[in-house]
Amino acid sequence: MAVKALYDYQFPALDTQDKFHGNQLLYVGWDDHFLFAAPLAFTVSPNAKFSELVGQTLTFAYGRHPDWAKIDFSKVVWLKSGKPFQPEMNKTLAEQGIKHKDALRLQTPGLNGNGTNF
Amino acid sequence: MDMKANKKKLGLKEKYAHMTRGLDWETTYQPKEKVFPQATFEGIKVHDWDKWEDPFRLTMDAYWKYQAEKERKLYAVLDAFAQNNGHLGLTDARYLSAVKLFLTGISPLEYVAHRGFAAAGRNFPGVGPRVACLMQSIDEVRHAQTQIHALSNYNKFYEGFHAGATHQIERVWYLSVPKSFFDDAFSAGPFEWMIAIGFSFEYVLTNLLFVPFMSGAAYNGDMATVTFGFSAQSDEARHMTLGLECIKFMLEQDPDNLPIVQKWIDKWAWRGIRVLSLVATMMDYMLPKRVMSWKEAWEIYFEQNGGALFNDLAKYGIKVPECITQCTVDKEHISHQIWLTLCTHGHAMALHTWLPNADEMDWLSAKYPNTFDKYYRPRFEKLQELADKGERFYANTLPMLCQVCQIPMLFTEPDDPTKICYRESEYQGEKYHTCSDGCKHIFDDEPEKYIQAWLPVHQVYMGNCWPEGTDPTVEGFNPLAKYLEWCHIEDGKDNCDYEGSSDQANFAAWRGVATQNV
Repeated sequence: MAVKALYDYQFPALDTQDKFHGNQLLYVGWDDHFLFAAPLAFTVSPNAKFSELVGQTLTFAYGRHPDWAKIDFSKVVWLKSGKPFQPEMNKTLAEQGIKHKDALRLQTPGLNGNGTNF
Repeated sequence: MDMKANKKKLGLKEKYAHMTRGLDWETTYQPKEKVFPQATFEGIKVHDWDKWEDPFRLTMDAYWKYQAEKERKLYAVLDAFAQNNGHLGLTDARYLSAVKLFLTGISPLEYVAHRGFAAAGRNFPGVGPRVACLMQSIDEVRHAQTQIHALSNYNKFYEGFHAGATHQIERVWYLSVPKSFFDDAFSAGPFEWMIAIGFSFEYVLTNLLFVPFMSGAAYNGDMATVTFGFSAQSDEARHMTLGLECIKFMLEQDPDNLPIVQKWIDKWAWRGIRVLSLVATMMDYMLPKRVMSWKEAWEIYFEQNGGALFNDLAKYGIKVPECITQCTVDKEHISHQIWLTLCTHGHAMALHTWLPNADEMDWLSAKYPNTFDKYYRPRFEKLQELADKGERFYANTLPMLCQVCQIPMLFTEPDDPTKICYRESEYQGEKYHTCSDGCKHIFDDEPEKYIQAWLPVHQVYMGNCWPEGTDPTVEGFNPLAKYLEWCHIEDGKDNCDYEGSSDQANFAAWRGVATQNV
């Protein structure tokens, strides 16, 4: 369906990647950890390696949770747009097709805030 | 020369006819469709505008007289409240967080409603709805003014009132939720506006907004707000009747209008319910003396009253909005989920938050036997544990927002309250995320509209939310501090926990002076 309007209703999207000063938006949610009430929004360089994303950006945001340090990243499950996704730590976001406004979900089986999901 | 009058006075009915319907005229030098360009593009077919029944037969002179009388009373009470230090009669100054939410989030909407009804009145070719919309438009601007006046008294004593009803609505992240709701409605045509605001908001949902605020005020000693509530009550009754009349009129004029009206009801019921989820936190967490739980209010004002309304509309073929199944699940969860979010983002709020104490948690357990102890009590206890260690938790990264309702993506899957609900759409090669099937459905129906959404989190990341002249490249740049400055939120005064705030300390000290020999 299209917007019903008195004229040809076409406007540019407001949040395109060119507005973010060379960076892109990336959303990451960590399942079963509601201390972080919602998934988080980040601006990251498309040239950042996935290992930098995890080691710096995500650790800054999620590292205060005691479960974070216990994660064995060789055993986690990642989802991208709800589908299983196998990131490569040494490749950049761009190299493995993580685009502007992609949503990643991190699942860490066995870690759920001691059963509280918090 | 004197005219000889047959009758001294017109009867009420005649007077009404002359002063409303009699004001219309046929256009001569421009075709009617050019004078009323917005009357048809939405697809609503109207064959006879004279079939419009005015629910409230009110002429302008009568309107003026009634409203002036009400406002004289209102301002007399406000004066008395101010002169007698009425604010010290509050149950607790915590209550004022609810008032701050009202002033910054709802009062500006009254003003937009004023503009919207003025525009609807201009754009309807029928004189009946035009006069009704004019009256409502004046009501709404009066409500904005009287709310600001009623609440301004608190600005003399408490933090967080100084930015008033105008500055923060365009800047503060959670206020983009109510703002975008009204922007969405105002940028639609006049008929959709009437369903969005006149029907869904003013009729179906208004009790869920006004009863909590006004009863909440009465329960918590806020006479200023109670008096405003009484003053607005007769107007609200008229607005509800206008909303209902409008929908019946559309449905009676042409059977082709039904699917359009149904689509708007579905959309605006969901949009309205999402906005009101902020009110849910007020009922369950922000009022020191509770009126009823959000779940109870939902059951009375939506499920029972709304159910009766939709039974009444069934004869036109209108069905209960699809989102109701989801709402029946949500009523047990949303207030807790949102208050947890606000508490963990309290450093970026223009009001105080706090963790519920033991008594309050017991009340919540009793009101929410299926969900509170199982899911939410452990989370509040954990936050309390951190606070007791001096590590009150505030998130250090911005949340992902829903593209439609603009609330952080905090809502959970309908069948699993431990899993965040992610929904995704793609439009013209760009991804868009929504918090629910309801918001996704709305996005997918009119993507051209929602791709323009001003999402605060993205705007912050673009660098648009700092005071003019801010240089984000300087050493030690603190984006949060600059954002708060841009919002006119005074860091350390207006935000963070009520526990330890200057509002808490001042209220205790002033009440001490009023009640003890110090």
